[in-house]
Amino acid sequence: MRRSKNAFLGVKSIFFAFPAIMWLGMCTSVQSFAQTDSTKLNTKDSVNKVNELKEVQIRKIKITKRQTSSTPLQILSGADLEKLNSLSVADAVRFFSGVQLKDYGGIGGLKTINVRSMGTNHTAVFYDGVQLGNAQNGQVDLSKFSLDNIEEIELYNGQKSSIFQSAKGFAAGSSLYLNSKQPEFPDGTSNKLRASIKGGSFGLIDPSLLWQSKITDHISSSVSAEYKNANGRYKFRSTNGVYDTTAVRRGGDIETMRLEVALNGFMADSSKWKIKVYGYKDEQGIPGAVVNNVWGFSQRQWNKHIFVQTYYEKQFGIYSLMAAAKYSNDHKRYLNPDIVTTDGLLENNYHEQEAYISLANRFKINKYWDVVLSSDYLLNDFDADLYRFAYPTRNTLLTALAMQFHFDRLDIQANLLSTLVNDKTQSGTPLSDKNELTPTVMVSWQPFDQKEFRLRSFYKSIFRMPTMVDLYFTFYGNRVIKPEYTKQYDLGFTYIKGYERQALSQISVQTDVYYNRVKNKIVAVPSNSGIWSVQNLGLVDIKGIDVNIQSAWQIGNAFTLTSGISYTYQEAIDADTASPSYKDQIPYIPWHNISFLLSGTYKKLSMNYSYLYTGERYNQSTNNVYNYVMPWYTHDIAFHYNTKFNKRDIRLTAEINNLLNQAYEVVTNYPMPGRNYRFSLTYNY
Amino acid sequence: MKRNRFIRTISLLAVVVSVTIVVSCRKDIKPIPEQQEVILTPNPDAAIKGVYLVNEGNMNMNKASLDYLDYTTGIYRRNIYNKVNPEVVKGLGDVGNDIGVYGSKLYVVVNISNKLEIMDVKTGKRIKQINITNCRYVTFHNGKAYVSAYLGTVGDPKAPNGIVAEIDTTSLTETKRVDVGRQPEEMAIVGEKLYVANSGGYSPKNYERTVSVIDLNSFTVINNIDVAINLHRLKADKYGDLYVTSRGNYYDVPSKMFVINTKTDQVKKTFNIGVSNLAIDGDIAYYYGSEWSYNDNKFTISYGMLNVKDEIILDQKFITDGTDKSITIPYGIAVHPITKEVLVTDAKNYVSPGTLYCFDPSGKKKWSVTTGDIPAHFAFVYK
Repeated sequence: MRRSKNAFLGVKSIFFAFPAIMWLGMCTSVQSFAQTDSTKLNTKDSVNKVNELKEVQIRKIKITKRQTSSTPLQILSGADLEKLNSLSVADAVRFFSGVQLKDYGGIGGLKTINVRSMGTNHTAVFYDGVQLGNAQNGQVDLSKFSLDNIEEIELYNGQKSSIFQSAKGFAAGSSLYLNSKQPEFPDGTSNKLRASIKGGSFGLIDPSLLWQSKITDHISSSVSAEYKNANGRYKFRSTNGVYDTTAVRRGGDIETMRLEVALNGFMADSSKWKIKVYGYKDEQGIPGAVVNNVWGFSQRQWNKHIFVQTYYEKQFGIYSLMAAAKYSNDHKRYLNPDIVTTDGLLENNYHEQEAYISLANRFKINKYWDVVLSSDYLLNDFDADLYRFAYPTRNTLLTALAMQFHFDRLDIQANLLSTLVNDKTQSGTPLSDKNELTPTVMVSWQPFDQKEFRLRSFYKSIFRMPTMVDLYFTFYGNRVIKPEYTKQYDLGFTYIKGYERQALSQISVQTDVYYNRVKNKIVAVPSNSGIWSVQNLGLVDIKGIDVNIQSAWQIGNAFTLTSGISYTYQEAIDADTASPSYKDQIPYIPWHNISFLLSGTYKKLSMNYSYLYTGERYNQSTNNVYNYVMPWYTHDIAFHYNTKFNKRDIRLTAEINNLLNQAYEVVTNYPMPGRNYRFSLTYNY
Repeated sequence: MKRNRFIRTISLLAVVVSVTIVVSCRKDIKPIPEQQEVILTPNPDAAIKGVYLVNEGNMNMNKASLDYLDYTTGIYRRNIYNKVNPEVVKGLGDVGNDIGVYGSKLYVVVNISNKLEIMDVKTGKRIKQINITNCRYVTFHNGKAYVSAYLGTVGDPKAPNGIVAEIDTTSLTETKRVDVGRQPEEMAIVGEKLYVANSGGYSPKNYERTVSVIDLNSFTVINNIDVAINLHRLKADKYGDLYVTSRGNYYDVPSKMFVINTKTDQVKKTFNIGVSNLAIDGDIAYYYGSEWSYNDNKFTISYGMLNVKDEIILDQKFITDGTDKSITIPYGIAVHPITKEVLVTDAKNYVSPGTLYCFDPSGKKKWSVTTGDIPAHFAFVYK
């Protein structure tokens, strides 16, 4: 007992050390601002010099879409993404502000994203521009998407700040874009091969291969394959201050295979096309909640996931066309040996098919005014071997009319989205037809002459349909459920500044305050005998602030340093007066969230340090002592060594995650791994 | 210049935020506390010293908890288990499903934690845990505890049947077990026969329809009484009759209640009412039930009383002051054997603390108190 308390003190003191380091960083940067002031004062006597300096400064700043986007945008890409201690997309999105990653722990554990407390179902996930569907329960498991073939991850609150997009792009509360690596052939090569192998804790073995090939001057191909196997075991600790147990998490083994084949065309007439085939297969154990007297789990599932998507874009004078189509086929088999029915062990098979076409038309009316008309059609078909299953089919027609006015310093986008939904079922009453019209307005404004400072704001009204589980996975009757509506209001600014001839070379800040309201929140309400009825009951008011600060440092010629800090404050209040937890913070939303990234490169060696802090939360709707969840924080560290072997690039990586071996749970009773390691070797040919 | 000041403000803000967070750093980890409140005037001479209430807790939350109302002191004690037993890893467990007092011991069936937890009835101190996979209910007779469980063997596709286990209350070991129907629920003992209601809940297209009859001397199933699908509650009255509820199939077969004569082991009467739960005290059965209303798209809840001697539904109600309107989901019911006060719990939305209501014999609310999550099962403690 005493030992464990001491260990806790140790953790605490190191935790104190972290802000100290942060202060140091901040103080240094404040100091350097002071220096800038003095430089400027000194050069004031010479107008020419000032102009010179300004020019240099402006040249140095890279104004990116992060600054100009009228909806808050966070990006992780290229080298930054490679340096992160991440295996899947889920590991990377934890560093975004305003994001809660619901993580059931381990390599195969379900990981879903909740942006600005609106709920997982309000975030659309796009893979190479086309939405990944899961109409069954509306959630995309981000742990299933490997970072191996991902070049860039973008998270937009609201929607992408570009009106020339599919109607689906307008149709979610927030949007996560996963963009795969695009073939590039510099210095006359026509074939690129990258082989990589990762391994480490959890019995992980993860080899992957990427082969990019230039077929003609205009057409290239890309093949990406990955195999992953892990026993998923890890040690975790459980204590209440009196008992103190360390156990091994079991039943979380996973084996996955992924194959992606893509053809890209950049034609001479400036048209672009892409075809992509994505195949994924896995088998995994589903470790359940670790509760008293339960340490082992036997449930399993098998997933098969295939999609084919094509994309075409062409400009004809003032008119541009973008077309996309997709077919996807998902199969899930679920086995629960703990339940024995008259047909044997409980086994369910779920089969979902989706067909999708999209057409977006842009007219450049004049230099300042663009109009877009986008239309998407979606067909979802469900099959499951559940008793009295309704066999639903859903038709969705989305039409968006959007406009953009872009002036030198002002950009206004507005759109109106029409959603038509029609369900058909083979038995029972389907959902009555839905026809909704929802608007969005977005503004980005540069109020001063300098490009460094911009204000932005958006209003978005959108909704999510009840999922198939909400509607049709029931033993009785029909359910009358309305869509869940959200309204988002956001106001923020972006600021970027570059400096010459000093250690701090660039600093940028993005800050937004927001208010969201989720109405008709779909809530499962219990009734007798453990059968839940799903109703539109909830009302949630969310107020928050997101702060992101990035800085880049150049110390001498060989040493570069970049840091990023993001902070989120959120009040997500149950605003339903009839609720037993009226005015309480909703479950699993902390008031405070911090992420901090620091990465340094010295010659061939680079190091990345990351820190995540999630403040106190409650795991159920009532904010009482029994539902209280303590804050948690993790420190991760990674070392990379880049070198050449036979003139080919080689990269060696060692990662230590949860450096201080902290025991924590993101979801109560789903313990997270203690200290764990990962090593990788990447070879480019 | 101005903007530089602005950046400084931002830096300062970040520093302030980090300080705030350090201050609000992790607290010391402590066992889950007990809460107490005085809700009654003390009655040191009360013939019934108190009543235990087990709160199921939502599945996977590991929040089964034990509350105790002490009639002698008038104090309601919420969540008593962890303070008395802080050394038990992860506490009382996940989904408390039944409770009983027998002799000097308190028995709690914890469903997902696959155990029968045995405590000292006076202190709540753990004596022993007996592992029974997927256990559901407990009843007592002649120095033995009987526990029903959904499955005998887990993971055997050819073994869908449940069991009833016999536990010796002195040695606290499982002595025998017998196969019954699929997914057995409540039990009652009349004479030397144990009756258990089989649900077959794991196979909705093939629900069980029977009450299994076990002869306690030979501990074998001697009869299966055909009743109706998906049975759940089973209570004995003092006239040798059993009241058994059928949950129907939530689709086209409605919920009903049946009366079995244990002398003939045959169904003798059917009540066409949906009964979710009932408590029998003397000649009166107190019950509540719910019916799906297609008009309102929700369940409507009704409360009723029944004379078990004449087997007729009474006009009388045990809630007369309109409090029933504020009960979302009645989830547990018990009748104080001496004062005839009716205790009813409200599970609300299943993820919030519930409420325990006490109604006097005229049906007026006497008091109410906040409980743990999903308050459900009662056990009175006699002097």
